[in-house]
Amino acid sequence: MSANILTVDDSASIRLTTKVTLTNAGYSVTEAADGAEGLATAKSSSFDLIVTDLNMPVMDGLTMIEELRKLPGQAGVPIIFLTTESDADLKARAKAAGATGWLTKPFDPENLVKIVKKVLGR
Amino acid sequence: MSTLDPVAVFRMEAAECLEAIEAGLLDLTHQLDNKDLVDAVFRGLHTLKGSGAMFGFEALAAFTHHCETAFDRVRKGEVAATSELVAAVLAARDHMRALVDQPDANHGDTGSKLLAQLQAAVGGKAAPVAAPAAVVAPAIVREVSAKKKNSWRIRLSLPANSMANGTNPLGLLDELRDLGECTVRANTAAIPPLGELTPTELHISWEVMLTSEQDRSAIDDVFIFVLDDMELSVEEIDGAATAAPTVEKVAAAPAAPVSMAVPPTAVPEFRPVEAVPVRREAPAAASQAKSAENVRVPAERLDELMDRVGELVIAQSRLSQLASASADIALRSVSEEIERLSGELRDTMMVLRMVPVATLFSRFRRLVHDLARETGKVIELVMEGETTEVDKTVIERLADPLVHLVRNSIDHGLEMPADRLAAGKTEAGTVILSARQAGGEVIISIKDDGRGINRERVRAKAESSGLIHPGQPLSDSELLQLIFAPGFSTAAAITNLSGRGVGMDVVKKTVEALRGAIDVVSVPGQGSEVSLRIPLTLAIIDGLLVRVGSGRYVIPLSAVEECLELSLEEDLRSRGRSFISLRDSLVPFLRLRDLFRTGTKPDVHQKVVVISTGTERVGLVVDQIIGDHQTVIKSMSKLHNNVATFSGATILGDGSVALILDVGHLVAAGQHQEAQLRVTG
Repeated sequence: MSANILTVDDSASIRLTTKVTLTNAGYSVTEAADGAEGLATAKSSSFDLIVTDLNMPVMDGLTMIEELRKLPGQAGVPIIFLTTESDADLKARAKAAGATGWLTKPFDPENLVKIVKKVLGR
Repeated sequence: MSTLDPVAVFRMEAAECLEAIEAGLLDLTHQLDNKDLVDAVFRGLHTLKGSGAMFGFEALAAFTHHCETAFDRVRKGEVAATSELVAAVLAARDHMRALVDQPDANHGDTGSKLLAQLQAAVGGKAAPVAAPAAVVAPAIVREVSAKKKNSWRIRLSLPANSMANGTNPLGLLDELRDLGECTVRANTAAIPPLGELTPTELHISWEVMLTSEQDRSAIDDVFIFVLDDMELSVEEIDGAATAAPTVEKVAAAPAAPVSMAVPPTAVPEFRPVEAVPVRREAPAAASQAKSAENVRVPAERLDELMDRVGELVIAQSRLSQLASASADIALRSVSEEIERLSGELRDTMMVLRMVPVATLFSRFRRLVHDLARETGKVIELVMEGETTEVDKTVIERLADPLVHLVRNSIDHGLEMPADRLAAGKTEAGTVILSARQAGGEVIISIKDDGRGINRERVRAKAESSGLIHPGQPLSDSELLQLIFAPGFSTAAAITNLSGRGVGMDVVKKTVEALRGAIDVVSVPGQGSEVSLRIPLTLAIIDGLLVRVGSGRYVIPLSAVEECLELSLEEDLRSRGRSFISLRDSLVPFLRLRDLFRTGTKPDVHQKVVVISTGTERVGLVVDQIIGDHQTVIKSMSKLHNNVATFSGATILGDGSVALILDVGHLVAAGQHQEAQLRVTG
């Protein structure tokens, strides 16, 4: 069964890679270019999973996760946090904010699918 | 180029990123304590590093990593942003560009030199050089070494909020099942009475008996995201324990072979340094930014679409012509509908091709910054009207001429600070780069408050190079136009920046190829202004279709000010004078019939079309005004390149060709005629 995934990243190339990878794995993907856009998109339709970057203009990934978790409709929606190797404490903060899991950048497309499957349970 | 090639997208994005970094750095030089700018630059570097590593630009990622680290320290307040740091990163940015453009070339020396500069700028105590992101092993890749079967008793209890945070316990249990034979028992003792139950909280814990070929780290991997917050106990058990499971619903009792070997316990790779299992209240700052959806389209596709729209416009005007000659009402109404639609389509198309000149202007900040360092001059760059939109082709073609003009202004126009002070000016010279729209044209001007063009030197140079005869009388504007002559330069010594005049002929040619014109105004001691007047678009214009003799011509509507009747008496009266009086001012006019040598008699009711370019006005006498006409511009062959009176051709509704008049040239001709008449009295 397919799932709707929202990817939030300010890098168009990463968005594209993510989209191609996830689309090939049978998921349908919606994109947002920053946290604020991601939040608005998440509010306007329902997603089975959100994959978000940390450093973004307008609203960063941490703030977006915190805001998302405040919304009643977003409880239980898994959020995968993309981070870089130096962000160990950020990972902890992201978890505290309500992230479900994380993936270290640069990521291998195979791993992305693996993590997505793991978090979605499908 | 396919838009679905991530590497190509990365290159485009990297270019944008580098531009944003540069703009941020340049802003930062003026406001070193601006935290937003530091953040913006950091973000740019961060994205570049991350994406670079993803798409195989390892050298770029490694190099950018150092700059990012430096900026991260500024961001955290560990070091201050200094002009040295900004300059170092600015120089590093150029290196990054090279790494994007030629990732495989050997850049070693430049890179380490720049990094040394960077280290020096952050006070020598730069962060330890960490390995680039690219070399970090990807997550959850593990060696499956143990083939022996192991049995474990796993007790797990997840935090109450884990379901709200998106963790699915059933998914985790499924993953354990995937590892091997498995029995699961739920401990439901902690579930509160229904009245006190919060449905989003998790109250169940589990005990799992697992027999698997995988080693212990596989179990940890299952819980990788929750490992720090949960209670997890994994006991290795022997066969006897497995044989007597304390499990209620034993579906398939595991018949596990006994294994005494204790598998090595692998430490999960991504254990956070410190876990903060407390849920924090997030700051309420949910700005609802409007999500603008942008689509990237390769330029050539837009050009193709433009061509099609152009053809449609021609076909539509043929249809209109047929329809207007027909009595068929239905045909007429369809024709009108199509006329409206194609007009709208054309307008939409125009907008698609328009880009703000800011994209062009932004690169000048760096140029001016570099030139200031090179020349030792203090320069203030002012940019105006950056939101003015121009056809993208125009922008692309204007880039080089503008660079040239800005360099000229700085190199030859602006004086050294000491000279400026001596002349009673401010120490800092100003260069104003401005764009504004006027009718169907955009006027881009480069203005400086420097010393102005030295007319004596221009004249001397022109005479010595044989461009003019010694002592030849010239009007001021003619004199100034000499700087556009090929190979002309007034620079005593041509610097590496280029002299005023070197390449000015190329500037002029480029602008004229865009059907534009250049004006030069220069006041000695006060500065110069070079204005480029460029048509807004190159492909389709609104034109006024006129008839002169038996030929039809198009005058760009944007240049048309008004149309007047020229009565036969007035025509006769004005013979030899060629001026008409237009609301208290005399406007010279040109008889196109004479100009084109039609050999026909003038119509009884001739018309004068008054056209203008900026402040100059000229009347064109035509036989008949046919009307408004959407004109698809077709360029003329190379053979006709020297025919200055016409800027192109168009195809009319009946399939015949009409020439498009070059307004700038005609106005100049009119002014010339006027000047001659004044001289001869």
